[in-house]
Amino acid sequence: METIFKRPEALAVTPTHYCPGCTHGIVHRMIAECLDELGLRERAVGIAPVGCSVLAYNYFNFDFQQASHGRAPAVATGIKRGRPEMIVFTYQGDGDLASIGMAEIVHAANRGEKFTVVFINNAIYGMTGGQMAPTTMPGQVTTTSPFGRDVAQVGHPVRMCELLATLKTPGFIERVATHSPKHIIRAKKALKKAFQYQADNKCFTFVECLSTCPTNWGTTPLKALDWLEENMVPYYPVQNFKDLEKQGGGDAD
Amino acid sequence: MAKVLMKGNEAIAESAVRSGGLCYFCYPITPQSEVAEYLSRRMPEVGGTFLQGESEVAVSNMLYGAAGTGVRAWSTSSSPGISLMMEALSYIAAAELPTVVVNIVRTGPGLGGILPSQGDYLQAVKGGGHGDYRCLVYAPSSVQEAVDLMPLAFDRADRYRNPVLVIGDGMIGQMMEPVEFKEHDFPPLPPKDWATDGCKGRKPNVVNSLYLDPVKEELLNRKLAAKYEKMKQDEVMYEEYMTDRPYEVLLVAYGTTARVCKTAIKKLAEDGIGAALLRPITLFPFPSARLYELARPVKFLMSVEMSCGQMVEDVELGVRCEKPVHFYGRQGGLVPTPEEVVEQVKKRLGKGA
Repeated sequence: METIFKRPEALAVTPTHYCPGCTHGIVHRMIAECLDELGLRERAVGIAPVGCSVLAYNYFNFDFQQASHGRAPAVATGIKRGRPEMIVFTYQGDGDLASIGMAEIVHAANRGEKFTVVFINNAIYGMTGGQMAPTTMPGQVTTTSPFGRDVAQVGHPVRMCELLATLKTPGFIERVATHSPKHIIRAKKALKKAFQYQADNKCFTFVECLSTCPTNWGTTPLKALDWLEENMVPYYPVQNFKDLEKQGGGDAD
Repeated sequence: MAKVLMKGNEAIAESAVRSGGLCYFCYPITPQSEVAEYLSRRMPEVGGTFLQGESEVAVSNMLYGAAGTGVRAWSTSSSPGISLMMEALSYIAAAELPTVVVNIVRTGPGLGGILPSQGDYLQAVKGGGHGDYRCLVYAPSSVQEAVDLMPLAFDRADRYRNPVLVIGDGMIGQMMEPVEFKEHDFPPLPPKDWATDGCKGRKPNVVNSLYLDPVKEELLNRKLAAKYEKMKQDEVMYEEYMTDRPYEVLLVAYGTTARVCKTAIKKLAEDGIGAALLRPITLFPFPSARLYELARPVKFLMSVEMSCGQMVEDVELGVRCEKPVHFYGRQGGLVPTPEEVVEQVKKRLGKGA
């Protein structure tokens, strides 16, 4: 009988601790599929962040390092500069990447470090219990914005893809979403392209995944998918921002 | 090999390259930027890695990443930059990664100044970052000794899988002295079978410091503690000066200050006063046992430092508080003179200057 669906070799055989309806599992699986399909598993080193995905090293079946909060791009830089033959990716949440790790992500991108960043944007701090993130939507209620995010006090949500796309160096920047099969198929394509560019030693690659957090959003898994579509997608456009193929080189203005 | 005249910072850089320290990350800060400038030219010649990071925070995390793949990664900085590295040093110690960090100490606290200081003693010796860890700490007192300690630092970092600090004050970094790069021979190191260098043919390796299970965290803490105990047994290094003749005063000083003390001891001898010096070469582990032995004949000990007396408590512990421990130091980038040390010793002996 022909096998049409199986666990990727790059995923570990273990249950995860993620909440019901969380999209971390979907992104984990897509990464694993990409590494398997491109034959990169045995050269891969993932970087787990601080946050809900801190235990990601338990869920993949290849080498991993666990980084301090926000520093994954610096850790990845160390790995890639020390051993350029490795296939390296960071897996970072929005508090990790867009708040405490803003300097590290911007400079790694600007140096054109040849690794892949998978950025999980679910508009909230998950692990610590639902505090406001740099990506929290205006008016969104969190445990540290109980009256809703007040943009007059704390500014508007940070759009990381747009911010990084102002830099000349990065070669691939794309925002994808994880709330429908259509978007997931597109997300997988973006991730695979990012890893392919890395395998070809071409450029810095960045994929932002709009994701859900039903637990800390205080909603159900199904309603969380709708909330993402209705609230996040209009502010965080799901599109490609930079692609070597389209611009014909890594340093087009 | 013939001796060459080199500035301390450049000599440290060259010695590290010759020790296989071929992966170097840095951020500019006075008074150690010459290390980075030297290596930006030297690393391409030897096929090594040179990268100027965006901050010391990033640099120290680059060390974590690179060391985690098994390459000899190292960095240099000076006091305020070292403070920024403390987060990652704690992670590096917890994840049991080898790395070498050189601190060419400047004055503080705060931004301080760019002149020599020994004000980072406590930070280096007692931990610095958060959590239950120690660094092996070497303190050279000449450019030659800095050159000789670099290969040892890399070897011990690998052997103990622990960060090693080399503490030189700004004088060591900036001074020019003749140096010779000697061949060093160390026993073979165990294979780095823990490194994240690709899982082909083996189970995945994980470089990690997260232990949510208190029993496992305690096991790690005890494993690290055992490592530090082994350092105390096996790694203590010191130099004695004038301890082979009668003395009534024992000076304790490291780095540049120890050289000042040697001159002071010669001057005291001219006046018929017997003084000796114990110069710790390792600040952790501290040469406590030898200190206790050497303190037997003395009236008092004196810790001489370019700080407000950060080493005094280690001297007191070493002598088990059985003898008085005095302190003389200068701060702010000022270096104690031999005359000042002589005067202090005479004053404590009740002999006046």
